[in-house]
Amino acid sequence: MKDGFRQSMAWLHTWTGLVLGWLLYFIFVTGTLGYLDTEIDRWMQPELPPAADNMTPTRAVTLGHDWLQANVASAKEWNILVPSDRNIPQLRLYWRDTDNERDSVNLDAAGEPVAARDTGGGQRLYRMHWQLHYLPGWFTGWLISIATFVMFVAMVTGVITHKKIFKDFFTFRPYKGQRSWLDAHNALSVLSLPFQLMITYSGLVFMMFLCMPLLISAFYGGGEAAEESFFDEVFLEEPEVTPSGEPAALVDLAPLIAQAEARWGAGRISHVGIKQPGDANARVHVNGLYSAGPLRTSPGMTFDGVTGELLHERAASGTVARNTRDVFLGLHEGMFAGPLLRFFYLLSSVMGTAMIATGLILWTVKRRQKLDSKGEGAALGVALVERLNVGTVVGLNIAVAVYFLANRLIPADFEGRADWEVHAMFLAWAAMLIHAGLRSPAQGWREQCVIAAVAFCAVPVVNALTTERHLVHSLAMGDWVFAGFDLAMIATGLTAAAVAFYLRGKPAEQPAGSRRAANRRRDASVSARP
Amino acid sequence: MAVTSRLLAATLGGYALSVVAGVVAGYGLSVARPDAVLVGMMFSFVVYTGAFLWAFSTRSATRAWLGLMLPTLLLAGPAWWITQGGFA
Repeated sequence: MKDGFRQSMAWLHTWTGLVLGWLLYFIFVTGTLGYLDTEIDRWMQPELPPAADNMTPTRAVTLGHDWLQANVASAKEWNILVPSDRNIPQLRLYWRDTDNERDSVNLDAAGEPVAARDTGGGQRLYRMHWQLHYLPGWFTGWLISIATFVMFVAMVTGVITHKKIFKDFFTFRPYKGQRSWLDAHNALSVLSLPFQLMITYSGLVFMMFLCMPLLISAFYGGGEAAEESFFDEVFLEEPEVTPSGEPAALVDLAPLIAQAEARWGAGRISHVGIKQPGDANARVHVNGLYSAGPLRTSPGMTFDGVTGELLHERAASGTVARNTRDVFLGLHEGMFAGPLLRFFYLLSSVMGTAMIATGLILWTVKRRQKLDSKGEGAALGVALVERLNVGTVVGLNIAVAVYFLANRLIPADFEGRADWEVHAMFLAWAAMLIHAGLRSPAQGWREQCVIAAVAFCAVPVVNALTTERHLVHSLAMGDWVFAGFDLAMIATGLTAAAVAFYLRGKPAEQPAGSRRAANRRRDASVSARP
Repeated sequence: MAVTSRLLAATLGGYALSVVAGVVAGYGLSVARPDAVLVGMMFSFVVYTGAFLWAFSTRSATRAWLGLMLPTLLLAGPAWWITQGGFA
């Protein structure tokens, strides 16, 4: 459509990137935080004891079973999450009662329930990565699918657009306005390209059952029953067992756990599910670790809940096609990653976040220079994008800090406090968007960096004032989850302060650009870190 | 106007092509029915991306449509045959 293939691809890159850029930025920020989901969970429930992942599965299941039997014996289904590694730090029970309502409790090492504040925690923040918030599920599913696909198109066209992809590795020309932004955008994208391609394509793989339903119909026929039979075949689901209505005592669980551990290795159990406990048709499902490797699946065993007979065994590894899918999902989530690899996951996703931020800013800087050289004022489109950039690139991060502050400041007995944490986050974002709309872009960048500095530095202070687990205490105890969280907040706040200081006294009409390239890039990346 | 036409070609035409190509590739590369669905889906995204690039790189919007509709029609026959019991 333009002259030449590369020009067409550059055009496509520019516009696909712009149209959904802010949504993609939100997805990348919440996704980055998702790599620290259980750490954030732990910080957001300071009442819970430190991780209990040295508890043996047998001990955890015994404690869990005793509590469930004593307190919710009539439930339809019991589940015991075994504290096995970083992904499951606490002994946690959840169940469904006869009305199918789900409830849960955490137990300490003695098997006593621990009262903790109601919170969405890191999990709710992480779920926004693909569920967003306030929107109906079907709509969100399609919106995320489209955004992911648009991201993939933007990645591929971005690569095609580059003539000198290798040279871009080593090119950074600071203090040169538009060119600096372009260099920053290129360097971030090229250095982390394999990660960004993997994360975007595997994102599509996550959404494929939703956005490519016709392929199921093509092989299984239309309708819900056909879809069910497809899922049963792919995931080797066993047929649901209905309760018999005859009471029968549940089998002793310890020998079943021992049998599973003998198969998969000591301690390698993450979940035990008991269907219709106390019924003659009870079933016990024992699942291995999901996080043993990049294959996102776990081995499983199903036992008769009365006799203890092994009815069914499921291997973690499936067909080549199934394994391909599971590896993409496993690479995307990185649940298997230890501290070092987790650090690189974080670094790569922060670079992805900064890639989107620099791309959005580049769009405005380019057009602003053209407008200024013609002596024209701001065109409406450019002015709008400039303000959305301020209110999202900085504003969304302020909203995340507010989410953490709300966790500490909303009273523990406040009705619906977990929902209000989220409302506080989105109200803060809305306020930042309004602020950005009322100020010139240069003022907006500077002032929101000041707000971000205050908000992030306030998090450890408020934590110290409202809980016993302040930074000095955490450091003395060697509690690196709490200390790391507080230190990351301080580092993010100080970086925002440094950027604000750098931006001081710039003429108000000058667009955010030129001399600020390096700093803005750093700001965008650091503020995405929790 | 031309951009709208290309956008429709990319989204709708590209989707149609990726579905029929996914069905044929899934069938061709798999020995079992559930695998065919998984392979077809994972393959379809690659086709969809290619279709998107095609729709915005041709000299005219008409060529964009033609270049997507011809392979779709060509693959629709085999795809139809597969849906009528390729694995039965």
